[in-house]
Amino acid sequence: MSSKVIHALYDDDDVLLNAVKEVKAADHHIEEVFTPFPVHGLDTAMGLERTRMGVTAFLYGLTGLAFAAWFLNLIMIQDWPQNIGGKPSFSFAENMPAFVPILFEMTVFFAAHLMVITFYMRSKIWPFKKAENPDPRTTDDKFLMEIPVEGDSTALRALLEKTGAIEINIIEKSH
Amino acid sequence: MGHYEAPIREAIITGDKSYHDITVDVAAPIEGKANKSWWIVFSIAIVAMLWGFGSIAYTIGTGIGVWGLNNRINWAWDITNFVWWVGIGHAGTLISAVLLLFRQKWRMGINRSAEAMTIFAVVQAGMFPLIHMGRIWDGFYTLPIPNQYGNLWVNFNSPLLWDVFAISTYLSVSLVFWWTGLLPDFAMIRDRATKPFQKKIYSLVSFGWSGRAKDWQRFEEVSLVLAGLATPLVLSVHTIVSFDFATSVIPGWHSTVYPPYFVAGAVFSGFAMVQSLLLIMRKVSNLEDYITRVHIENMNKVILVTGGIVTVAYLSEFFVGWYTGSSYEDFVYLSVGAATGPYWWAFWSLIICNSIIPQLFWFKKIRRNYIWTFIISIFINIGMWFERFDIIVINLSRGHLPSSWTQFSPTFVDIGIFVGTIGFFFVLFLLYARTFPVIAQAEVKTILKSSGNNYKAARDLNQPNPTPKVADASSKTSIADDKSEKTNTLLDRLGKFDPNTEKPDDLKKISGVGPVLEKTLNKIGLYTFKQVSKMTKIEYDLLDSITESFPGRAERDDWAGQAKKMIS
Repeated sequence: MSSKVIHALYDDDDVLLNAVKEVKAADHHIEEVFTPFPVHGLDTAMGLERTRMGVTAFLYGLTGLAFAAWFLNLIMIQDWPQNIGGKPSFSFAENMPAFVPILFEMTVFFAAHLMVITFYMRSKIWPFKKAENPDPRTTDDKFLMEIPVEGDSTALRALLEKTGAIEINIIEKSH
Repeated sequence: MGHYEAPIREAIITGDKSYHDITVDVAAPIEGKANKSWWIVFSIAIVAMLWGFGSIAYTIGTGIGVWGLNNRINWAWDITNFVWWVGIGHAGTLISAVLLLFRQKWRMGINRSAEAMTIFAVVQAGMFPLIHMGRIWDGFYTLPIPNQYGNLWVNFNSPLLWDVFAISTYLSVSLVFWWTGLLPDFAMIRDRATKPFQKKIYSLVSFGWSGRAKDWQRFEEVSLVLAGLATPLVLSVHTIVSFDFATSVIPGWHSTVYPPYFVAGAVFSGFAMVQSLLLIMRKVSNLEDYITRVHIENMNKVILVTGGIVTVAYLSEFFVGWYTGSSYEDFVYLSVGAATGPYWWAFWSLIICNSIIPQLFWFKKIRRNYIWTFIISIFINIGMWFERFDIIVINLSRGHLPSSWTQFSPTFVDIGIFVGTIGFFFVLFLLYARTFPVIAQAEVKTILKSSGNNYKAARDLNQPNPTPKVADASSKTSIADDKSEKTNTLLDRLGKFDPNTEKPDDLKKISGVGPVLEKTLNKIGLYTFKQVSKMTKIEYDLLDSITESFPGRAERDDWAGQAKKMIS
């Protein structure tokens, strides 16, 4: 299947943000916006939902904490309790203060790494992945808005020109 | 949305930059060739590194006996170096994480290099406990994994094991934090790369970053959460390093003040090392516009604060040791005994380098001076090495049994390993400076409009945006109005393209020319590097007036110069 999209190129983040708002106001669907740096407010202007990366980090952190508590209990209390420096390992609760550093490190370890992996998976970035920005200038100083076209595009074109696009191209996109 | 920033704040990006200028400046050290001084320093670093590797091999092959350790002083340079390197590693995360949480814009210019320094320093640090094991092949015993002895587990009550977990968590989390931030910048290099090999490498390391709005949204949240995680992490790491000493019963070590004092000392030494490195790098890599006096001054303020904390800790240790009246406390590293004993030189090096010399930063002239800052930062690096040396060697040199009192003298192997880690560190850092985007350019672009000197100046004049640097280049006076006429003039000057005898070049290889612009150029009649190479100011102006886009761009990117290089 192939469909047509309009690629509108901008050279300023504020102009782009304004354009996104105007295009949205004119009831057009914005497929994607490629920017060289995070443009603050762009996600809300495009109507993107809040990301849940922070929530995943919290859950992964809890997982790490639970995992650390489990293996500390298994190793130090259950499997082979030792009497270290006259401080015998009788129960998890009594030994817990000595475990705090490991509990903390494992919480951070799990939260950080699993969150980053989730981010990479969700955003589809990993080694050998091919880049998908349609114009190489979008990692330099240009901002590209991709809008699907159905039927006549002259009105949309005029709208984009009015918003300050410096280049407007219609691209056949094959899926 | 507003880019307002109070006019009283100094610009932290100077040199009238545009977004594209930032790209060009950050890519320049990677795309250019290394100069002679780089090769000289790199060769020295390689030699030092190889000396260190040789010493390590000798240690592992023969045993720890080749070091200067003795019965009483059973930890010395190895752990001194370990703590010194870990401490240096703290500034990077502090800059990238703590300053991010505090929304400090000046972190953007220096965070990438500070993080790189962190990772390379922690790599050096990690080597010392490993080789100190003696039987490095048994290193996996530090991990709680099943082994041939059945239920022989590691001891999770031991600070030494906490260290294993803390350092490895710190190293790995710093690494992903650093790499995630690098993705957009690697992508920028990738999209500019003209050589196929370069393009391949940067495509690989940029993980196919495309810069979608959703990616950026996640990117920002991930950065923020990582910063939130890394902040307590960085505090925990040096706290745990200090537990190595504080949980023992050696006089001078079993001190409750150690955790906060070690953390402050670590940040102190780390910032000093960042200063030493960046003051050189900003010159060598032409980054003076991004690492400015403001950055240097702010870092010096952090040094002043943390140096102050360290000094207060010294004073309180000194006082408390004296106040106990315990004779054992009179030989600890901060005592009258230490100041006048056989290690007086180590004691006074510590006091002078860490507590007295940094006080010069109270003078604004000095903390804004590059040369002074560099000199003082070197003193702090030395002083912080002595702090760890004093803690370990002075405290161990005396004990409860006077007959065993002794001193430490390093062997050539001790010295070799230390110098080797410095060499290894610089090898990594120099390679990094040539292959990595050393400024977090994507982040710097986000603060350009609020903190760029040109934008700030324009705002003071109530203009929305600064006038482009080469705005007058597009003056249209003497050039004919008709576009086709202009095109003819341009082609007359540059020479016409003859499809029968010439082959069109890939103009996209000129940085600044994309596929669309290439088509525009072709439409005008420009196909070859030869044509482009002849362009001068007049032709650039002509071109600008024909295309009516990117005014001044061709000149700024020096297309002619680039095209000349392509031909040759």
